[in-house]
Amino acid sequence: MPYRLEVENLNVYFGESHILNDINININNNMVTSLIGPSGCGKSTFIRTINRMNDTIPTFKKDGTVLLDGKDIYDPKVDVVDLRKRVGMVFQKPNPFPKSIFDNVAYGLRIHGLNDKDIIANKVEESLKAAALWDEVKDKLEMSAMGLSGGQQQRLCIARTIAVEPEVILMDEPCSALDPISTTKIEDLIHKLKNDYTIIIVTHNMQQATRVSKYTAFFLHGEIVESGLTDKLFMDPTDKRTEDYITGRFG
Amino acid sequence: MTEKKEDKFVQWILFATGISSILIIILIIVFIFSEGLPAMLSVGLFNFLFGMVWNPDNGIFGVFPMIIGTLLTTFIALLLAVPLSLCCSIFLAEIAPPNMRKLLKPTIQGLAGIPSVIYGFFGLVIIVPFMRIHFGGSGFSVLSASLILTVMILPTIISISEDALRSVPYEYNEASLALGATQWQTIKNVIFPAALSGIITAIILGMGRAIGETMAVIMVAGNVVQIPGSIFEPVRTLTSNIALEMGYATGIHYSALFATGIILLAVIIVLLLIANYINYKKRVTIGGGYL
Repeated sequence: MPYRLEVENLNVYFGESHILNDINININNNMVTSLIGPSGCGKSTFIRTINRMNDTIPTFKKDGTVLLDGKDIYDPKVDVVDLRKRVGMVFQKPNPFPKSIFDNVAYGLRIHGLNDKDIIANKVEESLKAAALWDEVKDKLEMSAMGLSGGQQQRLCIARTIAVEPEVILMDEPCSALDPISTTKIEDLIHKLKNDYTIIIVTHNMQQATRVSKYTAFFLHGEIVESGLTDKLFMDPTDKRTEDYITGRFG
Repeated sequence: MTEKKEDKFVQWILFATGISSILIIILIIVFIFSEGLPAMLSVGLFNFLFGMVWNPDNGIFGVFPMIIGTLLTTFIALLLAVPLSLCCSIFLAEIAPPNMRKLLKPTIQGLAGIPSVIYGFFGLVIIVPFMRIHFGGSGFSVLSASLILTVMILPTIISISEDALRSVPYEYNEASLALGATQWQTIKNVIFPAALSGIITAIILGMGRAIGETMAVIMVAGNVVQIPGSIFEPVRTLTSNIALEMGYATGIHYSALFATGIILLAVIIVLLLIANYINYKKRVTIGGGYL
C-alpha cells in the first residue's frame, strides 16, 4: 500500500536557526501516528510544514520534499488553499471562532463555496456527530461557541476540521489544555476517526501515544531519533536516547 | 504614616481624581444650561429647535438649519471616511509588511496632530477654489466642509480600528487559514467581525470629532444660515454659530448661543447613545453566549 505522506531529507530553517534536520518519515494511510519528544524539539514545526502553515512566517525556509499522495506539496503549482483543505489541523488551544456553534462548523463549507442551506445543515450535523458532540449541542446550535467547555470547544474544532473532508488531520497536542475526562473523549474520538482519516498527533503524553497510535516517531533536537510501531518503540527501543526519554530520564 | 493609613490616603486621592472628571462635566453642563435656558424659554423650545430663521438683531432664534448643517457635514464626512479608513486599517493590520507599517502608522497619526486651523487654511486655498471652478457657486459649501472633516477624522478611525483588528487573537487567523480559507476570506469572515465592536468605537470617536470641529469648518463652509439645497451650497454648523457670534453677542443673543451649545451637547449625546447601544448589543452577542 502506498504511503499517504512521504517526507524525504526535510530541513527547516527559521532565519539562521536550523529547526528540523534531515527528517525522513513515511506516514501510513488511515492510521494514527504519534510524534513525541521534549518541548522545542521541532514536532510542531514538522506538522506545520505538512499543511504549509509555516508559510505565514516570513523567515521560514526549507529543503527536501514532502509528498502527499505522491505529489510534492511545495511544488509552485500547488494551491495552498487546496492543500489545507486536504490536510486539516487541530490546534493545541481550542480556538473556535466567536460565532455560533453551527457557523463554526459551517464556516469551512461556506468558504469552499457551498451555499445550499440544507446540504450545509446536513454536513454540520454529520460532522458534529462524527466529533461526538452532536448530542450535547443539538438543542443550542445557535449559541456562541465561546460558551462551551474547553473539551467541547476542542471537539467542535475537530468537527470543524472534518466538515471540509480532509484526508489527513494534524493534531498539535490537542489535549494539553484539557482535563482527563475531556482527554478521554478526544482519545475515543481519535480511535473512531482513524478508520477514515490519516491522523498525525503531537503529544507530550507518552501514555496517550501508546493509547491512540499504531506508529510513533521520537523527535529530539530537530531530528527523528527513532520511529516505528508504537509497541516496539516503547517496549524495545533501539536507540539509547529513546529509552532514556521514555523511561523519564530527561525531557 | 502606617501602611494602612497610606493605603487609605492613596485610595482617597485616586477617588478624588476619578470623581473630579465627573464633577467637571456636571459643572460644564450646569453652566451651559443656566446660561442657555433663558433664551430657550423666551423663544420657546419648539421655535428654537425647529425655527428656520436666525436673526439676532430682531430677536429671532431658530437653529434648525444649523442642526441640519452639523448632521449633514458629519454624515457626508463619515460616508467618505469610514470606507477609506477601514480599508486602510485592514491594510495596516493584516497586509502591510512590517517596514511599511512602521512608516505608515506614524504618518497617519501625524495627520491627527495638525492644528485644525491649518486644515481650514488648506481647505480655503485648495478645496474652495477647486469647488468654485468645477461645481460653480462660491466654493464655500457643505462638500468642502465634509472633505476637510473627512481628512481630519481619518487618523482617529484608522488608528483605533487598526488596534481593534490587531487585538483579534492570532488563533482565529490560524484556525481559518488551516481550514483552507484565503487571507481575504479570513479577514472578511473572521477577523473583521471579531473586531467589529472596536471598529464601531472608532467610528463613534471620529463622528464626535467631526461634530465638534469648529475652526476648519468655519473657514470653508460659507456659514450662511440656511438648509442647503445641494451639497454645493454654503451651510452653517452649530459649532460655527457659537464661534462666529460669541465675540460680540450680548443679552438674549448671548444666551441663545449657549442654547445652541445645549443642542450641540444633546446631538452628541444622542448619537453616542445610539452608537453605544449598537456596540453593547454586539458585545452581548459575542461574549455572553447567544448570537
